[in-house]
Amino acid sequence: MSDAAAVQSPWQMAKIVRIEKRTPRVTSFFFQPSRPFAYRAGQHVDVRLTAPDGYQARRSYSIASAPESGGVIELAIEKLDDGEVSPFFHEVAAIGDEIELRGPLGGHFVWPEDENGPLVLVGGGSGVVPLMSMVRHRAAQNSSVPVVLVFSARVWDEVIFRDELITLDDRQHGFDLVLTLTREAARRPADYSRRVDVAMMAQAMVRLPEPPGLAFVCGSNAFVSAAAQALIDAGVAAENIRTERYGV
Amino acid sequence: MVTRGFSSGRRPPTDGDARIPPGQYLEQGFPVLSAGPTPRVRTEDWSFTLKHGPRPIKKWSWAEFNALPLTKMTRDIHCVTAWTKFDTPWQGVLVDDILADAGLEPPTGFTLAHAFDGYTTNVPVKDLTAGKAMVALLYEGKPITSDHGGPARLLVPHLYFWKSAKWLNGLQFTTRDEPGFWELRGYHIYGDPWREQRYTDDP
Ligand SMILES: Cc1cc2nc3c(=O)[nH]c(=O)nc-3n(C[C@H](O)[C@H](O)[C@H](O)COP(=O)(O)OP(=O)(O)OC[C@H]3O[C@@H](n4cnc5c(N)ncnc54)[C@H](O)[C@@H]3O)c2cc1C
Repeated sequence: MSDAAAVQSPWQMAKIVRIEKRTPRVTSFFFQPSRPFAYRAGQHVDVRLTAPDGYQARRSYSIASAPESGGVIELAIEKLDDGEVSPFFHEVAAIGDEIELRGPLGGHFVWPEDENGPLVLVGGGSGVVPLMSMVRHRAAQNSSVPVVLVFSARVWDEVIFRDELITLDDRQHGFDLVLTLTREAARRPADYSRRVDVAMMAQAMVRLPEPPGLAFVCGSNAFVSAAAQALIDAGVAAENIRTERYGV
Repeated sequence: MVTRGFSSGRRPPTDGDARIPPGQYLEQGFPVLSAGPTPRVRTEDWSFTLKHGPRPIKKWSWAEFNALPLTKMTRDIHCVTAWTKFDTPWQGVLVDDILADAGLEPPTGFTLAHAFDGYTTNVPVKDLTAGKAMVALLYEGKPITSDHGGPARLLVPHLYFWKSAKWLNGLQFTTRDEPGFWELRGYHIYGDPWREQRYTDDP
């Protein structure tokens, strides 16, 4: 019930201070909000674009950075060619631009500060973004909560945050990375090249010292449905699975 | 505050303008949102319970519920994630008809809708009665898929769509307006799209 705490989310201007291409289709935009912006790993912001005639477009984006990363928040936005807002960021937005945003939002898909059990994180494509915030938060806190991240991408070059994730994986501090590529052969020995399924979930959980307390699943609706069902079939109770669906 | 370089936005058709609440955009598909996995509820296992506080007043099986009068309702729906979809065609049992079948006058001014997955959402009685809301059983003439909340979901089309609880299994009259699942997690207690009541601190 602490979830409702401190909801204060007026619209505010945030300045783009850095832009970093992550993959051919995903670019990170780093925003400096004009007011203090405290958030929890897993939360999102709403972004609002306004045309000269007053027309507005509004979309939600998960925060990729960790709450510890200082004042700047990172959004990693995938370009949908026929979309309205994501192409604006990729083609028009530049360093120094002021963008209206609101947040932090969402009180369900968040890193559980009071939970001690291991966590399973499952992300598809840009659905890894809020999970990345959790993974970074865990590292920043030197947390010992065992975490396994199963990350599904089409090809190796579309694995967002790849180097950073592999570096964290190599540290062997209780964070395990499982990559699965759906359109290319696996590159690392224990990775997969197929869609997520029950066997993959069961094998991922074997990497944890005990069964997970919670699972977080994020991505497109089709991905989330398939991954959540695979977790259930692998023995995770439905009430311990939290999902964030990016839409169609 | 105009965003530099944003002008080409995908505007709604002019005749649709008046039907799109502030901050929403028109969607042709039907996106799916929910807090957890999709429960597969079989109609054999389905039931609907009307409660006053902790006290059950009446419980219907799937067959009993389907014997209640069916009403058609075609409405625009508005999701808090900013999409609006025009003319969604539903059929189901009006909350008025459920109350009539139970022989019940609303005993309080508030309700909590309950779902099979433990989800709850609060809706004032005045937003459920007088033909405003139903327990929907069909979408586009067909059983509602589990993705979209089947076998039965609440339909309160004039409020943001999280109020239209999926996988519905009961309606409970409460003395006070008790926040439900999303209302406890930062979303607005009432959720009127025309007043853009998305989050707790919206007026
Ligand atoms: C909580 C949450 C968190 C999210 N986090 C992220 C994130 O971290 N990163 C990220 O990249 N995305 C994220 N999303 C998705 C994001 O909000 C947008 O949906 C996404 O960027 C697409 O927006 P768009 O304006 O570019 O595309 P839209 O204009 O919304 O279009 C999306 C697709 O639908 C089709 N479409 C929709 N309407 C029309 C129409 N009228 N005419 C033609 N085609 C249409 C288009 O083909 C397009 O491919 C998140 C969503 C949610 C709900």
